[in-house]
Amino acid sequence: MTNSSLLNILLLSPLVSGTLIFLINFFTKKTKQYIYTFLALTGSGISAIIALYISYNSYFNHKVFESNLFTWIDIADFTIEVGLKADALSSFMILFVAPVSFLIHIYATGYMDKDKSYGRFFIYFNYFIFFMFLLVLADNPVMMYVGWEGVGLISYVLVAFYFKDIENTYAGNKAFIVNRIGDFGFLGALMLIFINIGSGGLSFEAIFLNLNSIDSATLTLIAFLLFVGAMGKSAQIPLYIWLPDAMAGPTPVSALIHAATMVTGGIYMVSRFAPLYNIAVDISLFISYIGAFSALLAAVIATRQYDIKKILAYSTMSQLGFMFMALGVGAYSTALFHMFTHAFFKGLLFMGAGAIIVAFHHKQDIRKLRGIRKAVPSIFIMMLIGTLTITAIPPLSAFISKDAIMSSLFASGHYDIFAIALISSLLTVFYMFRMLFVLFYSNKSKKAEHPSAKSMIYPMAVLTVLSVFAGFLNLPEIFGGEANITTWLALPNKTLFVSHTNEIILMSINTLLILAVIVYTYKRYAYTDTIMKESETSIVANKFYVDEIYNKIVVKPLYSLSFFFSNTISKRLIDDLILGSAFNFKKLGRVFAALQNGNVRFYSLYMLLGVVVGFVYLFFLLKDVL
Amino acid sequence: MVEKYMILSIILFSIGIVGLISRRNIIVIYMSVELLLNAVNLSLIAISADLGDSAAQVISLIVIAIAASEAALFMSLFVVLFRSKGSLDANVFDMLGDKND
Repeated sequence: MTNSSLLNILLLSPLVSGTLIFLINFFTKKTKQYIYTFLALTGSGISAIIALYISYNSYFNHKVFESNLFTWIDIADFTIEVGLKADALSSFMILFVAPVSFLIHIYATGYMDKDKSYGRFFIYFNYFIFFMFLLVLADNPVMMYVGWEGVGLISYVLVAFYFKDIENTYAGNKAFIVNRIGDFGFLGALMLIFINIGSGGLSFEAIFLNLNSIDSATLTLIAFLLFVGAMGKSAQIPLYIWLPDAMAGPTPVSALIHAATMVTGGIYMVSRFAPLYNIAVDISLFISYIGAFSALLAAVIATRQYDIKKILAYSTMSQLGFMFMALGVGAYSTALFHMFTHAFFKGLLFMGAGAIIVAFHHKQDIRKLRGIRKAVPSIFIMMLIGTLTITAIPPLSAFISKDAIMSSLFASGHYDIFAIALISSLLTVFYMFRMLFVLFYSNKSKKAEHPSAKSMIYPMAVLTVLSVFAGFLNLPEIFGGEANITTWLALPNKTLFVSHTNEIILMSINTLLILAVIVYTYKRYAYTDTIMKESETSIVANKFYVDEIYNKIVVKPLYSLSFFFSNTISKRLIDDLILGSAFNFKKLGRVFAALQNGNVRFYSLYMLLGVVVGFVYLFFLLKDVL
Repeated sequence: MVEKYMILSIILFSIGIVGLISRRNIIVIYMSVELLLNAVNLSLIAISADLGDSAAQVISLIVIAIAASEAALFMSLFVVLFRSKGSLDANVFDMLGDKND
């Protein structure tokens, strides 16, 4: 099989299976559930296997898979090819996107079991993988934008999946509209690139070759606008507000789209444009600060949340903040590696949350789910490992990836960012263990109402293993590793050097602090009722009133502006103008209609008048001749 | 001499017009139309005699012949019109007009 057809199959198999499910779902009434399951798993399974093969080849043989599908736009010298290219970065992306998608598909078959919208769910899910692959495999930013919009659309329909509850629809709309603001930034950046260097072609290579011919102000603007796109998709300040609300969707959606894959699109995009960000230094620093503040804000808010999924959503935003901090200081591979491990452990945590939600009849409030350790022991163990991973306990995977971020932040010399990162990471420990202790360490005990399906537990087990061991793929030098993934990706990282002694000191302090926080959290929450005494009216519990402020500053004025346009401009001015003129024409018509009364004698009078007028005219015309 | 014929012709034509516009009986209207026709015929013949060219006289003969056949057609039309509305008042036959008024 040729390389290009492999790539095509990888991309198209979820599309085909999604379309098949759509057709079956649309034209038949009572299709057996296993047909949908079979199609959905085949589609995502094939891509997962091919993705692993491609990544294997890319890693060991440095092979670049390419496929030119067709020419989309061809105007004079300017062409846009629909092409796929799996270079090291793209291969790295599909290495975790495809298998995690497949695992979450398996999980979803258990989670969505006996749901009456089972088929519809997997249409969207399969289409999501298709668009995600398009996003990471595109060889030019235009195709990337198509994938970018596609995943945004699917995210919207899946958040609003149970659309009978109007709140879910609102959450979906919020996700979509906030993302549109980000997309506008991306689109604006594409237009600027096209205007400035569009003549050289729009593939990534061509753009990076011609970067020098753009003046630095425009370059900064392009970099900024691209990052606005990343802000929207990856939920950073100020466009993060959609992510917590997006938890209205089914839990597999939160696990796949709002934790493991789609939200990492922004990280991928910034690293894809790494050569650009290496020139636009100011924007890079800006990215770091935005990431730092997002991480801190999300971590603080998460300490007073009670919904399992909301806690995890804020934690996702916080982790994404960490990645952006690393991107900003030029440690692209480090950020990507954290994204890699994050996909595993955050997917695992979300799946655990979903399993708990199913087991306890769709309760999500941790205060109502206390003491469930006996009821779901396997989930407890996996959640514990997931929590230990996210808090970066050595030697779990997030320890290696997060520690790499910490040391590059330290080495970059931005100690303020480093301090914020440290505080956020300690807060992470606090809110994650708060959740864990409240859920599993309590004097109370609850019985599970539903046993967990095997199809939900097995994917979690695989992800547990991955979150424990994935870190070893990029073992840093200090532990005798060779930073394999960094070498493989070969991104234009900035050289950030930190001596081994410093690194070890950093690590030890970090780990000690984390352990201290764990002990503190244990004292505070395990086997006590502290959680019940927490105030729900404090500023943190109300998420700093950001939603309310946005409502006041953005939504309300926009709403009144629209109201003004629809009621005053549209109704009063335009409608009245058009309807008024129509009314007057009608009136004028009545006047003339009186002339046309059907009475022959009047018609002959008009004829006579016409003839008279004609003669008078002729008389004046021929006066000189006569 | 030809002027006098022309004046007579104009007088006849004017009477025809006034009759056409002011009378309501369809038969009288038809008579006015005939009067118009004959006024024109008269002027044609007068001018033709004045110019010594008989072509116009031929034309007016043809016009008279056609007017005769027209009379037959009109007679049958009158019958049809009377049967449909029971009247020969021209104001009754206003189906061409705007019915909303």
